[in-house]
Amino acid sequence: MRGADILRFSVHALKGYPVRSVLMLVAMAIGVAAVVLLTALGEGARRYVTGQFASLGSHLLIILPGRSETTGAHPPILGETPRDLTLDDAFALLRSARIRRVAPVALGSAPASWGRRERETTVIGSTADFQRIRHLKLAQGRFLPEIDPRKAAAVCVLGAAVRAELFGPEAALGRWVRLGDRRFRVVGVLAPQGQSIGLDLDEVAIVPVASAQALFDSPSLFRVLAEARSREDLSRAAADSRDIIRDRHEGEEDVTVITQDAVIATLDRIFGALTLTVAGIAGVSLVVAGILIMNVMLVAISERREEIGLLKALGAASGKIQLLFLAEAGLLSLTGALLGLGLGLLGVWAGRELYPALSLAPPAWATAGALAVGVGAGVLFGVLPARRAARLDPVQALSGR
Amino acid sequence: MIRLQAIQRKFVVGDQTVYALNGVSLEVEHGEYLSIMGPSGSGKSTLLNIIGLLDHPTSGQYWLAGKDVTGLADEERAEIRREKIGFVFQLFHLVARLTAAGNVELPLTLAGLPRPEREERVRELLAAYGLTARARHLPGQLSGGERQRVAIARATVTRPEILLADEPTGNLDRSSGREIIELLESLNRQGLTLLLVTHDPQLGRRAARQVQMRDGRISGDGRGG
Ligand SMILES: Nc1ncnc2c1ncn2[C@@H]1O[C@H](COP(=O)(O)OP(=O)(O)O)[C@@H](O)[C@H]1O
Ligand SMILES: [Mg+2]
Repeated sequence: MRGADILRFSVHALKGYPVRSVLMLVAMAIGVAAVVLLTALGEGARRYVTGQFASLGSHLLIILPGRSETTGAHPPILGETPRDLTLDDAFALLRSARIRRVAPVALGSAPASWGRRERETTVIGSTADFQRIRHLKLAQGRFLPEIDPRKAAAVCVLGAAVRAELFGPEAALGRWVRLGDRRFRVVGVLAPQGQSIGLDLDEVAIVPVASAQALFDSPSLFRVLAEARSREDLSRAAADSRDIIRDRHEGEEDVTVITQDAVIATLDRIFGALTLTVAGIAGVSLVVAGILIMNVMLVAISERREEIGLLKALGAASGKIQLLFLAEAGLLSLTGALLGLGLGLLGVWAGRELYPALSLAPPAWATAGALAVGVGAGVLFGVLPARRAARLDPVQALSGR
Repeated sequence: MIRLQAIQRKFVVGDQTVYALNGVSLEVEHGEYLSIMGPSGSGKSTLLNIIGLLDHPTSGQYWLAGKDVTGLADEERAEIRREKIGFVFQLFHLVARLTAAGNVELPLTLAGLPRPEREERVRELLAAYGLTARARHLPGQLSGGERQRVAIARATVTRPEILLADEPTGNLDRSSGREIIELLESLNRQGLTLLLVTHDPQLGRRAARQVQMRDGRISGDGRGG
């Protein structure tokens, strides 16, 4: 029997029982569509979150005061608080050849006012390099000037929301606003930054770091941002930072260095595992579809005993009968799987149109895997019915016994 | 052509043992017309099924065209059925979803013939059996006589040497039954070996050789009517 004839015979047989065939198609299609859709969601979430972190800046190092991980080598001594990070600490980091620039960050909260309008605002004290490290865009004016970071200057850059609330429709550039008990001239306004992990940069006022330290009357830094020269230098730069700070803090390793890479890698792993998990859960529905195919094929075979007996009488060997029924199962599951793929991709497309922020995208491995598992399950679960058909005694099948 | 020796076919159902065939020896020459008669349950169908290699004897030996086919594997038995043997059944056993032409084409498809040749042969045969107008009809749309003619076309489309007909008129009225027998006899005259099971003595007596069966044995084997 020729391959094309086997296919034609199977298609004809499947069309002969339309309700049953459509049922099996739908089961398989739902399974595959579920895998495609759910993994697309997982992958979309992964891309969204890692994308958010990536937008913080490339090759970024964050140095925080205090140790967040215990090594066991230095048990924390009771009563000893970690040393503060200072401006000198921050600029000492530039001794490392692998660090291109640093931006100290002092942080506090102060009432901001212009005229009669006032609101509580997060005040960031930093340097001109803060803009470069965080890739900030300005809507108007300039960023902080390139001045000696140890010198205060009465200038500030406002976040988009702060500007809007204080000034409304009026121009902000060149005006003097009050932050706490000091006055600052507005030299720039940030473009709306959108939601970003960590701080909402629309809600801040940025001033020179020395001015912020004076405003909050504290020399300590909230953190230090550093940029490595390249992605490859990142881990060496992190090690250098630790060494430099340890030297300056009398051998005490009392800072935590986070590389953006490590954060992204961790998130990547978490969301990757999540995607894998939902793929597994959805994959179960493929197996269920396979079992349904088996069940329906078993019923089909008991209804088609006469036909099977006849085929044997006409000279079909048992192997041929098995092949015919396997072809039916394979054809059904392949068609169902392709249908499900189309359905899933349609769903992904619709999701993208509705929620463009979640960049839904089914990973290739999930799509290929869903197809393979679906067809595999269909054929695998087709084996038992096909073998039962092949083993049928033609005399009994034809006599209806 | 066909040589059976001491064939037994035993069925065990629960604690009961039935000998459907109990020592049957039979020789049939090429081109013979042989009727097998006997009461219901005497083993006629079982005998035909064993000759057609659809069933296995419990013991005994079977030579077909000089070759011992008793212990052949499934694949070889299927090949012999495909090439040498045609079956006609009382209940027609047409595939309901296939047209008359589709049913007749089936053995050729199983034999792996290319499609144009299959269609040509089917067309010829349906014309020869007066079924051209019925080619596109489904079995459910045909009369009993037409269905059996389609079944005979299907059994002979591969040009077998032996035709095994198990009560082919059992489900037909007298006149269509007669037509069917006449069709089978004309095929026999063209050289086909014909084994016809019937319990209608009037039909059975038309055969050149008449075999009587009783309780799984051959109780009579007469030539001429
Ligand atoms: N599959 C089977 N299982 C048990 N008994 C069977 C089976 N097939 C046939 N028989 C028995 O064998 C005997 C012969 O049957 P069969 O060849 O069909 O007779 P006939 O065709 O002459 O009416 C009967 O008694 C029947 O009941
Ligand atoms: Mg019978």
